[in-house]
Amino acid sequence: MAIEQDEIEKIAALARIRIQPAQIGRVTQRITEILHMVDQLQAVDTSDVEPMANPLDAIQVLRADEVTEVNRREAFQAIAPAVENGLYLVPKVIE
Amino acid sequence: MQWETVIGLEVHLQLATRSKIFSGSPTTFGAAPNTQASAVDLAMPGMLPVLNAEAVRFAVMFGLGIGAEIGRRSVFDRKNYFYPDLPKGYQISQFEAPIVGRGSFEIQLEDGSTRSIGITRAHLEEDAGKSLHEDFHGQTGIDLNRAGTPLLEIVSEPDLRNAAEAVAYLKALHSLVTYLGISDGNMAEGSMRCDINLSLRPVGSDTLGTRAEIKNVNSFRFVEKAIRHEVERQADILEDGGKIVQETRLYDADLDETRPMRSKEVANDYRYFPEPDLLPVVIDEAYIEEIRASLPELPVQKRHRFIEQYGLSAYDANVMADSRELADYFEAVAGSCGDAKIAANWVQVELLGQLNKGELALADCPVPAADLGGLIARILDNSISGKIAKQVFEAMWQGEGSADEIIAARGLKQVSDSGALETMVEEVIAANAGQVEQYLAADADRRKKLIGFFVGQVMKLSKGQANPQMVNELLAKKLV
Repeated sequence: MAIEQDEIEKIAALARIRIQPAQIGRVTQRITEILHMVDQLQAVDTSDVEPMANPLDAIQVLRADEVTEVNRREAFQAIAPAVENGLYLVPKVIE
Repeated sequence: MQWETVIGLEVHLQLATRSKIFSGSPTTFGAAPNTQASAVDLAMPGMLPVLNAEAVRFAVMFGLGIGAEIGRRSVFDRKNYFYPDLPKGYQISQFEAPIVGRGSFEIQLEDGSTRSIGITRAHLEEDAGKSLHEDFHGQTGIDLNRAGTPLLEIVSEPDLRNAAEAVAYLKALHSLVTYLGISDGNMAEGSMRCDINLSLRPVGSDTLGTRAEIKNVNSFRFVEKAIRHEVERQADILEDGGKIVQETRLYDADLDETRPMRSKEVANDYRYFPEPDLLPVVIDEAYIEEIRASLPELPVQKRHRFIEQYGLSAYDANVMADSRELADYFEAVAGSCGDAKIAANWVQVELLGQLNKGELALADCPVPAADLGGLIARILDNSISGKIAKQVFEAMWQGEGSADEIIAARGLKQVSDSGALETMVEEVIAANAGQVEQYLAADADRRKKLIGFFVGQVMKLSKGQANPQMVNELLAKKLV
């Protein structure tokens, strides 16, 4: 499986990772190498194998529906860059 | 060209758990900003999600309520996107193995006909926080109280064909989830939010056209308006030979229009992968059967029972079965007066009329069901006419007492004493010689119409209390 440079650029943008233009070619090449390894894995016949969602052989334990948390807004907001009227302030996002 | 509208709905339903889906924070609506956002909800480093058992139970209840397959091994996935009201940078959702698989349920349309609407799937996920864009000197304010509130996303098949069907579907869904008690269904508070997928195709075609998605339409009325608007917009484009762009649009209730929100191609590349912090949720047969046994009678079952047991029309049965509370009220009225059809009529016209007028919920209704039953019983035993009964009901609504008390206190009991009625009939005949002459000269058909005048006069004289049937009989006897 090969990956093109424009796909790398798109994924980087989606993941908010900045890659210097000079490095894009090298990153593309290295990820292509990783994908070669994936190709090897994909060659294995897995038709008898159950898809696995988690490597642990265990199932989810559920929590009773009880309120256990108290309000710790003051402590959390003491370490926030900007707050006002109990809200966290962030750079303007326009939908 | 004639176009067929194809609609599928995605409903985000907030589940009525006490605590959040992955943390022990409360879910109360309307708390001061960020007072219900714990370290897990804020995505502090090292925090891990622990799944709420009640959210799972509610999802299974919904699945059983629509006859769906329950995912025996359901898996949570990360849906990746960046937005400030989503602190982790991903939403924990379900992608390939949802907890509720394919199902269906029946909706009833205005004309009383029914349709079965397919549900593709329903999955558990967490809600995001809220962004407030005004009044923060060019910044956005973030309230994370809602972050982590359990949601069930219910995805319908593209089975709906117009705005009326879409609204009927939402009403039926609302009724179902409130019957089950898994959500308060409060649309004004965002407990039930709707995305509309809509496309057009030429009538007779069986391939789907390109669709637009309209996000976050939050009332039955806006759903109807947004659909009507969007159908028109797409039809105009297609009629002019244009193409529909697949995109997400926003319905603006103030302007009554939809407008593009963001480019779907980029925004929708969510790069789902299994959530490594949660293990698969395994649900066994015993658990499902235990929940199945605990389900209440559901709206569709109730509707059918009302039609069979009480002989209600499909329309009346639908109104009476709309909520559990109303259905219980109706059955109590029917039980205490002994006539379900009249009970349904009174509940629908007078009771719901008064509730709507006062913008009250049934819980605030000042007239207990047994009292309304008692009033109807007085109509049935001819103590009062239907018209007087409405006056009595008004007085009951004002808290003046039971029907019998009000009838006695106001002296409203119907006059069925033939002597008293005879005197009144004679008086009316004597005072209206001209009408008597006309009546006597008329043929049988016309007489039927003319006699109404005399009945009216007697009723007026008796202040509405004369027994109309007896008045009719007396008049027919005297007017010869």
